[in-house]
Amino acid sequence: MKALNEMELSFPSCSANEGFARAAVSAFVAQLDPTVDELCDIKTAVSEAVTNCIVHAYRSTIGIVYISCRIFENGRIVVKVRDKGCGIEDIEQAMQPMFTTAEGERAGLGFAVMESFTDRLHVSSRLGKGTSVILEKTIRRRPAENGQ
Amino acid sequence: MGVRLILKNSVLTAVLSGEIDHHSAREIRTEIDSTAAKVKPETLILDFSAVRFMDSSGIGLIMGRCKLMQAWNGLVEIHNLPPNVERIVSLAGLESLCTIKRGTVDESAE
Repeated sequence: MKALNEMELSFPSCSANEGFARAAVSAFVAQLDPTVDELCDIKTAVSEAVTNCIVHAYRSTIGIVYISCRIFENGRIVVKVRDKGCGIEDIEQAMQPMFTTAEGERAGLGFAVMESFTDRLHVSSRLGKGTSVILEKTIRRRPAENGQ
Repeated sequence: MGVRLILKNSVLTAVLSGEIDHHSAREIRTEIDSTAAKVKPETLILDFSAVRFMDSSGIGLIMGRCKLMQAWNGLVEIHNLPPNVERIVSLAGLESLCTIKRGTVDESAE
């Protein structure tokens, strides 16, 4: 299916860009007139995915984080967050709530939050090649106002 | 954006504001811990009333402060969770680690 609209962005994996990434996706999907809650769900899921790239995929190095966002018919949004970092050895284990390989204060809830705040989450990864996370969410159509 | 600390009768209140993510959590953590380690308060209140956004990094922040306070048997209370922050907090099941006060709590009241 062809996207009605799409955007791509890439940026270095500095933690200062976490806020930029979720704000950029949020600004792009605003054209679908989402509710505050729907927008917050998307921002949170994107923030988790981007943080994973920064904390896990690239660890103490700086690499590039790639985001693409596509809008389809009926308010369906597909956000892809991709890195060329270390990859995930065991995706099933990584997706378990409270599981983390990171040092310091990581709750291990990144994937659990992404799963709970979107309609569909797909993760694919290759060791040494990188990881790609696809987040899908449909913005519910509200009754048209002003004869849209 | 960040954290404002108020110490009163061995209760340290950290009024958090802005967006809490992996980037901002680092600074907030340092601020709280340097004061808490000095005064060893009986209770640490984390007030979320001015937090506009929080991802799971905020959960790590709460869990870390609970661990710190346990060093001297102190308690952690979470106050004024906005609905979007509450959703993340309930996902994490923090009830066994700290007290979550529902409803509005006025921090300036006695």
